[in-house]
Amino acid sequence: MVEIKNLHKQFGLLTAVDNISFQVKKGEVLGFLGPNGAGKSTTMKMITGFLTPTAGNVTVYGHDIVQKPLEVKQRIGYLPEGAPAYPDMTPASFLEFIAQIRGLRGEDKRSKIKETIKQVNLESVLYQSIDTLSKGFKRRVGLAQAILHDPEVLILDEPTDGLDPNQKHEVRSLIKQKAQEKVIILSTHILEEVHAVCTRAIIIAEGKILADGTPAELEAKSQFHNAVTITLHTPKDNVEKIRQSLLKLPGVQKLEALMENNSTLSYQIFPKAQHPIIGEISQHARKQQWKVEELHVEKGRLDEVFRSITTVG
Amino acid sequence: MKLVELTTRKKIRLFRQSVVLNREEKKEKNLMRANLIWVLFRRELASYFATPIAYVFIIIFLFLSGIFTFYLGDFFAREQADLSPFFSFHPWLYLFLIPALSMRLWAEERKGGTIELLLTLPITITEAVLGKFFAAWAFTAIALFLTFPIWLSVNYLGNPDNAVIMISYLGSLLMAGGFLAIGSCISALTKNQVIAFVITVVVCLAFILSGFPLVLDFFSGWAPQIIVETISSFSFLTHFSAISKGVIDLRDLIYFFSLITFWLFTTALLIEMKKAD
Repeated sequence: MVEIKNLHKQFGLLTAVDNISFQVKKGEVLGFLGPNGAGKSTTMKMITGFLTPTAGNVTVYGHDIVQKPLEVKQRIGYLPEGAPAYPDMTPASFLEFIAQIRGLRGEDKRSKIKETIKQVNLESVLYQSIDTLSKGFKRRVGLAQAILHDPEVLILDEPTDGLDPNQKHEVRSLIKQKAQEKVIILSTHILEEVHAVCTRAIIIAEGKILADGTPAELEAKSQFHNAVTITLHTPKDNVEKIRQSLLKLPGVQKLEALMENNSTLSYQIFPKAQHPIIGEISQHARKQQWKVEELHVEKGRLDEVFRSITTVG
Repeated sequence: MKLVELTTRKKIRLFRQSVVLNREEKKEKNLMRANLIWVLFRRELASYFATPIAYVFIIIFLFLSGIFTFYLGDFFAREQADLSPFFSFHPWLYLFLIPALSMRLWAEERKGGTIELLLTLPITITEAVLGKFFAAWAFTAIALFLTFPIWLSVNYLGNPDNAVIMISYLGSLLMAGGFLAIGSCISALTKNQVIAFVITVVVCLAFILSGFPLVLDFFSGWAPQIIVETISSFSFLTHFSAISKGVIDLRDLIYFFSLITFWLFTTALLIEMKKAD
């Protein structure tokens, strides 16, 4: 378990992280969301012991990072931002080096290296210098380095940044596969990633936690939550009538036209207080015998929640 | 009464056992820590040879030390079977070559972001500083070793005092260590290798020149003797010239070792303070 209590980091006049507290348990994949410069990386650097907190503390399975840095570092696998690695080494020699520093030996070391190489698909470039590798492979080398010693805690700073869609998918399935027996904290500004891998998300901006919940809970904060999109065919002179009849339904607060051309109408209908209105609307549509082409409910949009929380005013 | 005695004795024995155990545990732990420095050392040393740095450095070092010895040092015209012309140029050779070696020690880690990787591994900063320093030092030892043809030729030409030559080599290596420790510290300050190089050259120059009449005469006219002597005592040249004459003075050894320790300690301190900048 990773516990963060009243964590604070000051760089001169700038407050990078402002009194943050949270806990992450085994089996959780925590997504750290926030605009650039929000304090995501700084927080991660404090958890991994690279930066010393100005105030507050981080404990990993009971060990404090400032008092027992080696014990904590032994339990953590960390992928720093940009996946740095020694460019003049080959992935093979680099992983060997990391394994030795991690205190792995003999058969255990060999099997862990082998397994890791298989998991991140590095076989084809093992003896090429890291300098010459593509961005995707470099990222994989960084990931391999982080998971090599099968750590209890994985901290990944933008693990899929700059990867193509296939590579992203691979990395995400790797994370999901590791998720059950580990504590995983990852930062990202790709919102779809939160859906794809995270069991919980924290939105942070200007060093403060603004929201903390499961992706579904965060989506529920969206004004699009439970909004209904309806598309139907109708003669042009019916348009105004349809619009008015929808607005008259008791659960409907407002509607927005997505499309209103000669024969196709498409509306997004927002409910009052985000109550579900899909039943009401489909009943209404059936009663009016509209030719409905599409009817679906929005779960909410993370990007919209993200924007509304993180932008002030 | 007897029972009590027994239990106290037992307690003492148990306590002794635990002390022994603790000691062994500690020993094993120390061994493990030393092994980490060794792992780092090997990685660093290998990285010199993985890039052209090693070859360029060694070739230039051998080439220049040859030129200095034979042309500037008048190796043949002196008609003496010793290597003092060879060693007397080492401070000047090191002045330009060692900073080129040391500039990358930490500046490169900063630039490439690998410092974050390195310092979040389960090692201490001291271990990292030592591993890197020893690798660079071992590398200069290799370069120095490769000058052996000069030693061979002086043995072929005459009958030199080989003990003096051995001691001079040792002195030269110690001095290289001093230069490297200074370079390590300055490299820790910046992510720009060129800046690290230039500043290291300047600081090392100050350490060389502080023993020169050029500097000392300037002070000796007015400053008290003790200040002049202190300034002079900081000089690489003063200490190196003694060793290169074959005289091992404990004070010279202490000088170089404490110099290296001081600068490495400062390196570790600086990295701890500004590792994230």
